Amino acid sequence: MNKKIFYQGIKDVLPMLIPVVPFGLIYGVLGLELGFDPFVIIASSFIIFGGASQLAFIQLYSIGASPFIALSSIAAVNSRHLLYGAVFSQYFSFLPLRWKLLLSYLLTDQAFAVSLPFVQKNKDFKYHLLGSGVTLWLIWQVSTISGVFLGNFIPQELGLAFAIPITFLSLLVKELKKIDHLIVMIVSGVSSILLYHFPFKIYIIASALIALVVAYFLIKNFKRLTV
Amino acid sequence: MIWILIIIAGIITFMMRYSLIALIKPENLNDTTKKVLGYVPSAVFPAMIFPAVFFNKAQTLQFNTFEVYAFICALIIGYISKNTILTIISGLASYWIMIFFL
Repeated sequence: MNKKIFYQGIKDVLPMLIPVVPFGLIYGVLGLELGFDPFVIIASSFIIFGGASQLAFIQLYSIGASPFIALSSIAAVNSRHLLYGAVFSQYFSFLPLRWKLLLSYLLTDQAFAVSLPFVQKNKDFKYHLLGSGVTLWLIWQVSTISGVFLGNFIPQELGLAFAIPITFLSLLVKELKKIDHLIVMIVSGVSSILLYHFPFKIYIIASALIALVVAYFLIKNFKRLTV
Repeated sequence: MIWILIIIAGIITFMMRYSLIALIKPENLNDTTKKVLGYVPSAVFPAMIFPAVFFNKAQTLQFNTFEVYAFICALIIGYISKNTILTIISGLASYWIMIFFL
């Protein structure tokens, strides 16, 4: 075990945790309010481990949506992970199966984005992903459990939900000055606004795919932009 | 029932994460595909950022909100500094100054 790289992964993911804690608390509190057993709520964070999808799932279930609808929502909201998996497949091929399974379970938006630069540049990257993944996993579980048993002790007035888009923005700032990346970002963002009211938060994966088609177009037609 | 659903939801989520890692062999990816995959963060994250910034709690599009101004502030600082921590601090600090003092 390479502790130095493991700690680097932990350190890199720390700023991302700011919105994870209040989100986990809200998930725990809302789960109780919707009438779920505390043990079910806690287990859902262990088994699914995907905040936005879990929230959509318990809301749909509690209003009596069919199992098919609830599971479709899980699939639609989490389908963006297919793209993360496609990116990582380029680097993971030599990893033993147990590592592929473990790092897949721990794969989140935040762990993907903070570890990707390290994965691209270093051979022994698995401990970086383990560090970022385990840290986010642990904080998500602890905040879900705290939400269930202690309630939402972080003042709502702080508006920490807003920390989600801000931490995500912070993951993109290194690419902002690259015109090709900027075009892809704007296409994705504008698409998400236009597609926002479609069901199942389909706008996330749909906007991402539209933006990737634009990226493909840029690569094919504007080679100088995309070196 | 809820237990079965949660377990299926967990399997679906895990397969979203694992399936392409398991299925894609890097030698089968051509250069163009690899280049396109290089844009995944830039293609996915704005789709989660924009709605969170520009839609208010009533799900309507708004441009004249503290969230939008704080986002622009973080965007400018992020653009200039290229620094993750500075971007987060500038976004949250400007947001808190607005909601607590304006």
